Amino acid sequence: MSVATASPLVEALDAQADALVADSVDPALAGVRSTAREAARRHGLPTTRSERWKYTHLRALAARRFVAPAAGVGVDPTAIADVPAPRLVIANGRCVPALSDLHGLPAGLRVRLLSEVLRDAPGEAAAWLATDGSRADAVFPQWNGALAGEGFVLEVEAGLRIDTPLHLVVLGVEDGGDRAFHLRHRLVLGAGATLAVVEHHLGAGAHRHLHNSVFRIELGEGAVLTQARVQHEADGATLIQHTQARLGADAHYRRLDLELGSTLSRHELEVELAGDGAVLEANGVLLADGRRHLDTRLGIEHRGRDTRSELGWRGLGAQRGRMVFHGGIRIAEGADGANAALSNKNLLLDDGAEIDTQPVLVIHADDVQAAHGATVGRLDEAALFYLRTRGLPLAEATALLTGAFLREPLAVLEPSGLEALLSTALDARLALAAGRHGAGSR
Amino acid sequence: MLKIDNLHVRAGNREILKGLNLEVAPGEVHAIMGPNGAGKSTLGHVLAGREGYEVTAGSVTYQGKDLLALEPEERAAEGLFLAFQYPVEIPGVNNTYFLRAALNAQRKHRGEPEIDSMGFLKLVRQKLSVLHIKDELLNRAVNVGFSGGEKKRNEIFQLAVLEPTLAILDETDSGLDIDALKLVAEGVNLMRSPERSFLVVTHYQRLLDHLQPDVVHVLAEGRIVESGGPELARELEQHGYAWVKDRIAPGAAA
Repeated sequence: MSVATASPLVEALDAQADALVADSVDPALAGVRSTAREAARRHGLPTTRSERWKYTHLRALAARRFVAPAAGVGVDPTAIADVPAPRLVIANGRCVPALSDLHGLPAGLRVRLLSEVLRDAPGEAAAWLATDGSRADAVFPQWNGALAGEGFVLEVEAGLRIDTPLHLVVLGVEDGGDRAFHLRHRLVLGAGATLAVVEHHLGAGAHRHLHNSVFRIELGEGAVLTQARVQHEADGATLIQHTQARLGADAHYRRLDLELGSTLSRHELEVELAGDGAVLEANGVLLADGRRHLDTRLGIEHRGRDTRSELGWRGLGAQRGRMVFHGGIRIAEGADGANAALSNKNLLLDDGAEIDTQPVLVIHADDVQAAHGATVGRLDEAALFYLRTRGLPLAEATALLTGAFLREPLAVLEPSGLEALLSTALDARLALAAGRHGAGSR
Repeated sequence: MLKIDNLHVRAGNREILKGLNLEVAPGEVHAIMGPNGAGKSTLGHVLAGREGYEVTAGSVTYQGKDLLALEPEERAAEGLFLAFQYPVEIPGVNNTYFLRAALNAQRKHRGEPEIDSMGFLKLVRQKLSVLHIKDELLNRAVNVGFSGGEKKRNEIFQLAVLEPTLAILDETDSGLDIDALKLVAEGVNLMRSPERSFLVVTHYQRLLDHLQPDVVHVLAEGRIVESGGPELARELEQHGYAWVKDRIAPGAAA
């Protein structure tokens, strides 16, 4: 542990915390910050000996030094040209009001920034940032509790239905240094409220920043949230993200994750179906080509009675890409009548790529329906031949079949009308891959 | 148009085609009949370029080119088309999108300009009306959820849109009822022209009643053992393939 503690990454994060201490005048906030920092420092970085990090090495990351973002980074507006309004934009860890546009949102949606809450209501912020310091495999949320300085804070009042999707942009911008930024987002839907949000993680320039974020979500009774997340960061970017959602009775959480970019992207999605009748539909796409390492870890917990989770994730391993998927579902004691289904299908296109998938189902309740399955396969040779006999060159036929395979999880967004936007993002990324690796590579 | 000379083909350890000879002139319709296991489908697959077969001897010349040296997509662009016995289902790929992409890939290969979506739609409408195919097939995924007859008709529809020079129909009649068979045959007859040749592989005579082939061949044990006019198909229907077997000279295998 002492070896890991001494890593350049931990030293750099600790130095960021030093700089922050002066700002924390509120005693509650200062206490929360220092507790989180002490825990993170004590634990060091997780190694592959930790079960939760078995397939994701942090050696290269541990050896790197990051500095805090510079104030007032210049952002080229074309970086977000494809993102519609209403939208909020954070670049290198700071909100950019000039690119944000909240016109047309109803008054019942309260929008704040974490930086504002830290300044105006530090006690409130302290309550959110309070971090469990006991877990040695959760040091990134601990560093986040110690360092988070910005984030989206969204609250929708009970009964309010918002039809226009809200776009949340987190941009990494190349500015001459390797930056580490820590964001803490919060989204609360009151009882019966409805909202659709799209998270865009985009890169401007060939930066190599570290983006560590925690997104906490609470859905009140009968609330309906549709959330899509497109991670198409720069090829050198590292993202470590935690999404934690708690669903009240009869709440419905519909979600799609597209993991398309970065060099390393680790996403832990933890959803607690706390109330009776809560429903989670979460699909995702992991596109691990190039030298990308994508690691998605689901921790779904059924607690209420008659809850339902439906999880459909698809992945691709190509070139020297690495894809890790852990689909953990736990049906707690008393969660009778739970229904859980997990499917993870993967395509392995090249011998240099690797896919590790692990569905895990733990059941402590009665009268439960649960199914899970994971496959890793190659493209269907018969389908490839069929397309080629019609005149499609091998690269084009491969792209067509791959695209069809990866597009399927997007169906989860059909009821929200967001499918077309996400489909465009996926298609653009696939076209990019075809241009980069396609013709002549096979 | 097509000249197959002493073609020997293996799949794994098994020799399937054992010295096949066949010549098809422009505008001709040739039927290849034969018992199960004679090598009929193998012939279609080898001509279209499927992997997994090893050509151990012989040659295939198509319009003066060495056909076997070409990739499947190059053969398609050169005007060769295979209607599959079992058309492949491709989930998530729209039938119209796929066909337009295929046509444009062929046109690109031939140095012709791409056809835009309006022009393609017009072409498709025109072909559909002639072939009596329902519009709704166009907007579904390729062959997914199609009935057996719909799949075969979709093959003929692709044939009509891609307008090949040599069309190989691999047991297109199998699994079709009389009405569907008639529609498929009508579609093929509409495509007949002095420049276009057909190689119709079939197990039964009934498709040939509607197609009127110029030449009928009998394929048995990997070779053409008998060739003749349409009357040969009728004789086969009467006497069965056992009759052919008796006529193969013992020890004739190359």
